[in-house]
Amino acid sequence: MINIVWAIVFVLVAPVIGGLVVGIDRKITAHMQGRVGPPILQPFYDVGKLFEKEQTVVNETQIFYAICYIIFMIFTGALFFAGGDLLLVIFALTLAQVFLVMGAFAANSPYSYVGAERELLQIMAYEPMVILAAVGMFVATKSFNVSEIASTTIPVVLLLPGIFLGFLYVLTIKLRKSPFDISTSHHAHQEIVKGVTTEFSGPSLGLIEISHWYETVFLLGFVYLFFGFNPLIGVAAVIIIYLLEILIDNTNARVKWQLVVKSSWLIAAVVSVVNLAALYYLSGGVP
Amino acid sequence: MTYLAKSPWIIHYDASSCNGCDIEILACLTPMYDVERFGIINTGNPKHADIFVVTGSINEANREVIQNIYNQMSDPKVVVAVGICACSGGVFRECYNVAGGIDKLIPVDVYVPGCAARPESIIDGIVTALGVLEEKRNKHVSSPMVTDHGHTHRHRHAEGGAQ
Ligand code: SF4
Repeated sequence: MINIVWAIVFVLVAPVIGGLVVGIDRKITAHMQGRVGPPILQPFYDVGKLFEKEQTVVNETQIFYAICYIIFMIFTGALFFAGGDLLLVIFALTLAQVFLVMGAFAANSPYSYVGAERELLQIMAYEPMVILAAVGMFVATKSFNVSEIASTTIPVVLLLPGIFLGFLYVLTIKLRKSPFDISTSHHAHQEIVKGVTTEFSGPSLGLIEISHWYETVFLLGFVYLFFGFNPLIGVAAVIIIYLLEILIDNTNARVKWQLVVKSSWLIAAVVSVVNLAALYYLSGGVP
Repeated sequence: MTYLAKSPWIIHYDASSCNGCDIEILACLTPMYDVERFGIINTGNPKHADIFVVTGSINEANREVIQNIYNQMSDPKVVVAVGICACSGGVFRECYNVAGGIDKLIPVDVYVPGCAARPESIIDGIVTALGVLEEKRNKHVSSPMVTDHGHTHRHRHAEGGAQ
């Protein structure tokens, strides 16, 4: 069941992997744009710099919310890698996100407000699909436990092709990639100044940055779940899918928030319902 | 070397520049010069920025904006004045509405002369600013809060209420 060792490994190793992934992402992005790009370790320099800066906040509670955000993001990932209950993992993820939104609302700034509102819309947009992904995995493997889903011999992705595609769609939202980087964006992009993170500076911005690394590793772990039946294919799929996200990021312009919400709901409704219905039908109507 | 020098984030403000210097700053971001290879990012947010890059000189419309941006940046921070207008007022020095270079209002650390300043010299100026940034951090220099008390226009606003 719950495996504490994996949880500790996640807490210690995920920021390193997450930071490297972001660094490689920036390098590849630069090459796609015909630039040299920053060193691979640049994200670590950035965060190190942020901790060297002075902490200036409009409202002291912002620091509290930033700390809660990272704590619950670590909790989400640790629970996931420890093999915990998938539904609880998703719940903790939402809670972490809500703390970020509250942190953005804590400062009376229009950019931060708009960013927070859009972040809420994003949560609304991706949440149904993420929950349906968990339901799909339950239908396929008869378990909500990550440890059992990851060690199953059933080729989950072949049973859930629709849900997998739907999950990839919302993955772009979660990774804050174009065309769905509506609440805040990374690299040198600017959107409503910097959206939810506008009013965070110095160390608290550093914490948010580190949370994003944790989140990235957790999400890639989620992608791996679809390929749990074969670790080699799983790791290869995770790498290919991240490269695909970078390609999408660099070839698409940002869309309006209306389209983000509508399209992700539509996809969640059509693709996963069809997928689940087919699965029920094939398995003889009884789950 | 601290991390500060490896990850300088800039905020660029166009005071009353003719846009010549701004084009040159944007040229630094293109694949030709690609300042991101030094970790330099144009943030557009004073709260995230370490280096304040100003082009053009001070006039009545922008003095409050410059002060506001400067005050919102967290320490350590440096100011780079790009172009001769930002350094001294340049050809607009004698204009009735121009108060002069940026240093009339906020402390400037690096001056990059030229009309327009070339991308190479702008990058050179920012790299020089990194040295100043490190020095400020090591000595724990805290930048002053700039206000413009002698200025009547500003006074009228200040009475309006807390900002
Ligand atoms: S220095 Fe020259 S190019 Fe730059 S803002 Fe002034 S007049 Fe324009």
